Amino acid sequence: MKVRVLDDKCQGHGRCYGLAPEVFESDDIGNACVIGDGTVPAGQEEAAQLAADNCPEFAIEVIPD
Amino acid sequence: MTIDWSTDYDIFDPEYIKEPFPIWDELRKTCPVPHTERWGGSWMPTTYKDVHDVAHDTEHFSSREVLVTPPPEPSEEAEEFVIQLGGDVAAPPITSDPPEHTWARRLILPYFSPKAIEPYEPLTRDLARSLVEKMLPEGRGDAAEGYAQQIPVRIIAKMLGIPESMSDEFTSWVRGALEIGATDAEVRQEAFRNIITYLYEQVMARKEQRGDDILSKLLDADVDGEPVPDYHIIGTGVLILVAGIDTTWSSIGSALWHLATHPEDRRRLVNEPEIMPLAIEELLRAYSPVTMARVVDKEVTVNGRTMCPGERVLLSFPAANRDPEVFENPDEVILDRKQNRHMAFGAGIHRCAGSNLARMELRVAIEEWLRAVPEFSIEDESKVTWAGGQVRGPRNLPVVFSA
Repeated sequence: MKVRVLDDKCQGHGRCYGLAPEVFESDDIGNACVIGDGTVPAGQEEAAQLAADNCPEFAIEVIPD
Repeated sequence: MTIDWSTDYDIFDPEYIKEPFPIWDELRKTCPVPHTERWGGSWMPTTYKDVHDVAHDTEHFSSREVLVTPPPEPSEEAEEFVIQLGGDVAAPPITSDPPEHTWARRLILPYFSPKAIEPYEPLTRDLARSLVEKMLPEGRGDAAEGYAQQIPVRIIAKMLGIPESMSDEFTSWVRGALEIGATDAEVRQEAFRNIITYLYEQVMARKEQRGDDILSKLLDADVDGEPVPDYHIIGTGVLILVAGIDTTWSSIGSALWHLATHPEDRRRLVNEPEIMPLAIEELLRAYSPVTMARVVDKEVTVNGRTMCPGERVLLSFPAANRDPEVFENPDEVILDRKQNRHMAFGAGIHRCAGSNLARMELRVAIEEWLRAVPEFSIEDESKVTWAGGQVRGPRNLPVVFSA
């Protein structure tokens, strides 16, 4: 599973890195970035989906394998 | 007197302040974008989609007035002050539209990133702990006035480099600006005058001697090589003060009200602390405190209702967050709700800049309260009071602790 943050939609709500801190992180102004290349670490699939389902900007794309 | 909520709603009606949820439900079914002539006139979309759309539409809607009632006519003194400072203080970036908004927001976001907020967590925790411990010997206390209300103001004062001893004054100014002043122009004017005068003095003092605070950092910041004008720094100070205090305090108070009145949720949170991050979001959703306003800039139609330039639109994020089209059983608090795209902090380019701070304060306040007082209930329902309109939350919440 991979995730992607749509930069033109992200407004820095911080829900993704709050709920899935092993998948997403904050940049210096609070906007979201994926950690590494966005490959979801094993066992983090649920957290990644949770992050997507909590984003008020619909800014997270989950790409299944 | 019964109110016709679709043509004559009143966001300051005691019924709306105490229990707005059934009113929104009815409106979503019968008239999802009601209008009123009251308080200067406004529209109030009640569905998630409409609120989300308006919040993202900066072409038709301006943020130059974000309070739920129109501003009073500026006094002569206020107008002279604008001339003296070279510009209107306002409260950027919340009152800014693009393109100013872009740099005004970029300027302050670094101070509110998760990393920037981190150092304030131990401080918040110590403060929360000492406040609740003070209530322990009595076995009772006012969870709103004695606890929730005392926390955010002190953290904001710290961020602005202002002594904690100003806390009570700040609290009263902010209530004057947002709560009492919403329906009383004189109180509102007086409150903003106090806030702006105080911040003006603080900025002037920081010019002489910098401190480790946001006002000092803004004085050293630049925008495209130019220093930030004083009126802008003061305005951003106004925003941090006015938006950072009774919003979060209301949210902490509402969360404690919920936990006082829902023992099963309270016990679940004590026994399953791992659900805390989801629970915080759910409490934010169910008891979103803040309604913001926009002013129509260009004629636009929202869900069949045509809005004309100059008209005010209320963005009821609280109503949006109870929309059954988006949230299953929206009136039920489900502490580990999995799908929760709530807009308690707004949406779009004006997403609350302080959301990381507010969320941390809410979480720490709840954690420390529950650690000290895992069992508590409302002592006297008749003494619970709520404020509402711009910011909804309990103002008095007498609770009694039990073993």
